[in-house]
Amino acid sequence: MPAGTLQIKAISAHTGSIPGQGVQREEEVCKYIDVTTCIGCKACEVACVEWNDMPFQQTTFDNTYQTMPATAWNYWNLIKFNEHQREDGTMQWLMRKDQCMHCEDPGCLRACPADGAIVQYANGIVDFQQENCIGCQYCVSGCPFDIPKFNTKTKKVYKCTLCSDRVGQGLEPACIKSCPTGCLKFGTKTDMRAVADARAKQLREHSGFPNAGVYDPPSIGGTHVIYVLHDITKPELYGGLPANPRIPPTYTAWKRVAKPIALLLGLFAAPVAFFHYVTEGPKEPQPPVREVPR
Amino acid sequence: MSTSAERFNEGARRRFIAQGRTDVRAGELLRHPVYTRVLHWGVAAFFILALLTGFAIYSPWFYRWLTPLFGGGPMTRLLHPWFSVAFVLIFALQFVNWLRPMSWTGDDSRWMRRLKNYVTNTERLEPEYVDFFNAGQKMYFWAIAATAVIFLVTGIPMWFPEIFGRIVVAISHVLHDIAALVMLVGFIVHLYEGTAAQPGTFHSMTRGTVEKRWAWTHHPAWYRHITGRDPRADYERAVQRQAERMRQDDAP
Repeated sequence: MPAGTLQIKAISAHTGSIPGQGVQREEEVCKYIDVTTCIGCKACEVACVEWNDMPFQQTTFDNTYQTMPATAWNYWNLIKFNEHQREDGTMQWLMRKDQCMHCEDPGCLRACPADGAIVQYANGIVDFQQENCIGCQYCVSGCPFDIPKFNTKTKKVYKCTLCSDRVGQGLEPACIKSCPTGCLKFGTKTDMRAVADARAKQLREHSGFPNAGVYDPPSIGGTHVIYVLHDITKPELYGGLPANPRIPPTYTAWKRVAKPIALLLGLFAAPVAFFHYVTEGPKEPQPPVREVPR
Repeated sequence: MSTSAERFNEGARRRFIAQGRTDVRAGELLRHPVYTRVLHWGVAAFFILALLTGFAIYSPWFYRWLTPLFGGGPMTRLLHPWFSVAFVLIFALQFVNWLRPMSWTGDDSRWMRRLKNYVTNTERLEPEYVDFFNAGQKMYFWAIAATAVIFLVTGIPMWFPEIFGRIVVAISHVLHDIAALVMLVGFIVHLYEGTAAQPGTFHSMTRGTVEKRWAWTHHPAWYRHITGRDPRADYERAVQRQAERMRQDDAP
């Protein structure tokens, strides 16, 4: 989903310079999600489907309030519900709005082999460019949050764009606009982080959640979607949020360092063969036939 | 020993020989019959197609250069597994066809110890024990067999990632890449050895025959089996004949 007004800072599988890099000042944006004040109304789910004009699909009922088990290529925003029983036997109803986290170091972009299929804007939004996507699904393997979803008909991968089309025009994402409780906020990364830290402190000091904290995992350079959680030590409780999200080394050390070096070494066989011919020469059938003048 | 695969292979081999033609002229020996040649070029065609589509995706350095050859990125991605399946299937026939002459022997280990002499061309003739294939050719054959298995086993999860999950795909990636690199080097060496490095070799794979001189130079044990003659003695005789002819030409 292109957003022409946004500056690009990283392009998947791209050689050469990145157009627009550093030519304008751009604030990093961030979506703030306070799971402690989410009421699970799903207005954000509806707003997402609505704004992005996505075709409807059958929902799945599996004895929870959750719309379907996981996000889909045409359902980018899903509230995950978990009825959690605490150690003292009391019940806690956990709800987390699941969508693309817009990682600062995106595993999808690192894994992608197609030039320009995934871009990262200077404001931190990670966006798929379906016209350049080749449908290999490496991004699915690179993502620690199981976000990119493959459409078997179009053979392309789709995910939340953080409404890059709206943000490019100075609007907040559709989900933010629809939230009735104010648990969703949108602003600069610095501001949202400050709001989140203040809210977590409030939860710790005044609301009886001593483990409250902000989910902004440093293992992937932080994210442009951050959560305030009642218990930061157990993010897995919130619909499987990974405590320490990691990009497989295949797409970091192997792809960035080992693969290019190994390729150059491999291709070196060609000049070696050529100079073998120049220096040692061919193995002629013996004895070589000599041209005799007659 | 006659497995069903071999019986099938034997039938296919006979049908191909009935179809094609190999002219063995004076001073030549039959090296590769029609069936072998068709298999070789079938494997070669799909190997090269798989190599080009694969390396287009392997590195951003090649992506913009190689994908247009196949109609763009999505088409390259679509075709690569099918080229590869064709490569593996035809190579399976080639594997059965060449299993016997390619089996490793003690002589091959001896040959590997004198690899330096082979590379630096210090000896005019190959050692007496070198049979239909030398140890270098056998290494390439077994490398293809091993990597074909790796390509298949790791390629299927990359083809159908939703079944296998992201970690299996990530591991498959690395193994697939390593196999591709081994094949890249092997292919470059094979291309050189089969053409410029050894005059006469390319003809054996196009029209099926080699000169007797070629046979006693590169594969003396094979020459002995097929002609019943001593390769070294025949070589000496050829040298003498040539020397005589030179003397006659030099005479006033």
